[in-house]
Amino acid sequence: MTDPHRKSALHSSARRRFMAAGASTLSLPAWAQFRVEIAGVGGTQLPIAVPEFRDEARAGQPVSAIVRADLERSGQFRIVDGPTGLSELSQPSFVDWRARQADALAAGSVTRLADGRMDVRYKLWDVVKGVDQGGESHAVVPDDLRLAAHRIADSIYQRLTGERGVFATRMAYVTKAGGRYSLRITDADGEGGQVALASPEPIISPAWSPDGKELAYVSFETRKAVVWVQDLSTGRRRALADFRGSNSAPAYSPDGQQIALTLSREGGSQLFIMNRGGDGVRRLTQTQAIDTEPVFAPDGRTLFFVSDRGGGPQIYRMPVAGGSAERVTFSGAYNISPSISPDGRSLAYITRIGGGAFRVCVMDLSSGSVQQISDTSDDESPSFSPNGRLLVYATRAGGRDVLMTSTLDGRIKAKLVSTLADVREPTWGPFGR
Amino acid sequence: MQMHKLILSALAAASLVACSSTKLDEPAPVENRAPAVTAPSTDAGTARSSETKIPTVDLGTQLTAAVANQRVVYFDFDSYVVKEEYRGLVEAHAKRLNNDRKIRMSLEGHTDERGGREYNLALGQKRAEAVAKSLTLIGVQTAQVEPVSFGKERPAVQGSDEAAWAKNRRVELKDK
Repeated sequence: MTDPHRKSALHSSARRRFMAAGASTLSLPAWAQFRVEIAGVGGTQLPIAVPEFRDEARAGQPVSAIVRADLERSGQFRIVDGPTGLSELSQPSFVDWRARQADALAAGSVTRLADGRMDVRYKLWDVVKGVDQGGESHAVVPDDLRLAAHRIADSIYQRLTGERGVFATRMAYVTKAGGRYSLRITDADGEGGQVALASPEPIISPAWSPDGKELAYVSFETRKAVVWVQDLSTGRRRALADFRGSNSAPAYSPDGQQIALTLSREGGSQLFIMNRGGDGVRRLTQTQAIDTEPVFAPDGRTLFFVSDRGGGPQIYRMPVAGGSAERVTFSGAYNISPSISPDGRSLAYITRIGGGAFRVCVMDLSSGSVQQISDTSDDESPSFSPNGRLLVYATRAGGRDVLMTSTLDGRIKAKLVSTLADVREPTWGPFGR
Repeated sequence: MQMHKLILSALAAASLVACSSTKLDEPAPVENRAPAVTAPSTDAGTARSSETKIPTVDLGTQLTAAVANQRVVYFDFDSYVVKEEYRGLVEAHAKRLNNDRKIRMSLEGHTDERGGREYNLALGQKRAEAVAKSLTLIGVQTAQVEPVSFGKERPAVQGSDEAAWAKNRRVELKDK
C-alpha cells in the first residue's frame, strides 16, 4: 500500500462502523437515477460522498449516479448523501462533510468542448484529513460518457483502496427471448448493452481473449456446436473449430496465443488445445470419460476442467504440457463450471446441493476450504472480475433471470441485468478494451 | 396405379417396422392416405391406364418411408444406453443407410434441463455416439452418421417435471 490517505480513511471507517450499523448501507440515495440493489452488509466500507457533478443534468448520462453505483457495488464503499452544487473547483467544507460521516468526497463537472466532446473532471478529497487527493479529466465523445464515469469510479477506487478498479471493464452474456439468441456486451454494471451476435440458434460459452478484442463462443447456427471467434470492433468472425461431432467450451491461454476446448472428433468429449489461428491441434486428455470446461490458471501452465472419470462430474487440474490429472473438488457429487481468480488462489464453481439446487461456491485452493456464496438455487457460470474482487454469475431471483455480482465472501451482492428474457452465460472481460 | 402400389408397399414396410417398435409418437403419414378405390373400367376400348407400363419398386423410397416415424430414441435418466425397444428403429435406419451409401445423417443428442450447459452438451454427445455405434455395428459407415449434441439447449418439450424431462432425453436422427 502506497497511499497513506487510505489507511487513515479506512481506520476512521472502521471506527464508525458501529454508528452506521448497516442501516444506511441498505438505503439508497433519493437522487440515484438507477437502482443498485445491494443485498448484505460489508465488513469495512469506506463512507464516501459523490454529489451530482456540475452540469451533469445536461450531459445525457447520470455521471455521478454511475460513479456512486459502481463504488457501492464493489462492496468496499458506502454512499453518503449530502448537498449538491460542488465541482472539482470547489473548496468543500470538510467540517460539514465530517458531520455527515463521510471519509472521502468526490466532486466534478461535465463540460461540452468546442469539438463536441464531453470533458468529465473530478477531484477527490480526504475529508478526515481535509486534504486534496488529486483528480482526473476525461475528454470523450458523448457516446462514451458512461465509460468516462466508469473510469472516474476506477480512479477513485484505486486512490482509496490501492487496487485497480473494474468498473470500466465489460461483460459478455447471452439472452434468449422469443426463440432468438443474442450475445451481448455490456459495461461492468450491466448497462449500455450492445448485441455482438443475434441468431435463431443457441449461443453458449462466450470466452474473452486476454486483450479484450475478441470473443470465442459456441454457436449452433450450422445445426451443430462449432467454436467461432469474433472480432468485436469489426464484427468479423471465423469458425475456429468445426470438426466432426461437437466443438465447445473454448478458453484462451493467458498469453492469448492458444485456445483450450472440448472436441468430440475422436469420439467422446475430450480436451484439446490449438493455436489461436486454428492450427496445431493437440489432444490433452485420453479417457473414456467426459472431460470438458477447461480453463487456464493465470500462470498458463495448468488447466482446470470438469471430468466424470470418477463417476459424477468433478473439477480436476492437469499440466497443459500433459501429465496426470489431480482431483480438486471432493465435497458434493456434482461440481462444474470452474473459474480461477486472477491471482490463482481461488476457484469458483457451481455445486449441486440436495434438492437439485445449483449454487456458486468459492474454494481457497491452498487450504481447500469451500464457501457457498449464494442462497439461490439456479446459479450458473461464475466468472471472476479481472481484479479478483468480484464474481458475476447468472441466477434466478424474484421470478426473473438476473446477472448477479457478489464479493467473494458473498456478503455484498448486486443485481445487474434483470429482464424477462432468459439471461445466461456471463463472463467478465479483461482490463482494457 | 403405380402410385397406389408404391403407397401400399410403403405402408406394408412401415407397418412391419412399426410392429418391432413400441415408440409411435405420431401416426405415420402414409396411414392417413388410404388408397382410393379405382372404379373398374368396363369399356375395353377406352382403358384409362396404360396396359404396357411396368411400375418401379424403389427400395430407397420404401426404406425412407419405413423410418418416417422412427426418428427419435429416448433415454432413461442418467443413461446413455440405447434401449432394446429401439432395435427395430436402429435396424430400419441401418437398412436404409446400407442401401444407399450416399445418405448422410445427423444424430442429435439432447438432455433434460438439469445441470450445466457444457456438461449437458457432453452428455448429449454421449447419447448421440451411442446411437451412432449401434448403427455402425450393423454395417453403417462411420462417415454416414455424425453424432452431434445440443445439450439442454433445444428441449422438445417445455416443463420442469419428469414427463417433460423424459421427452427431452433423446437422440433425433435427421437426414443432412
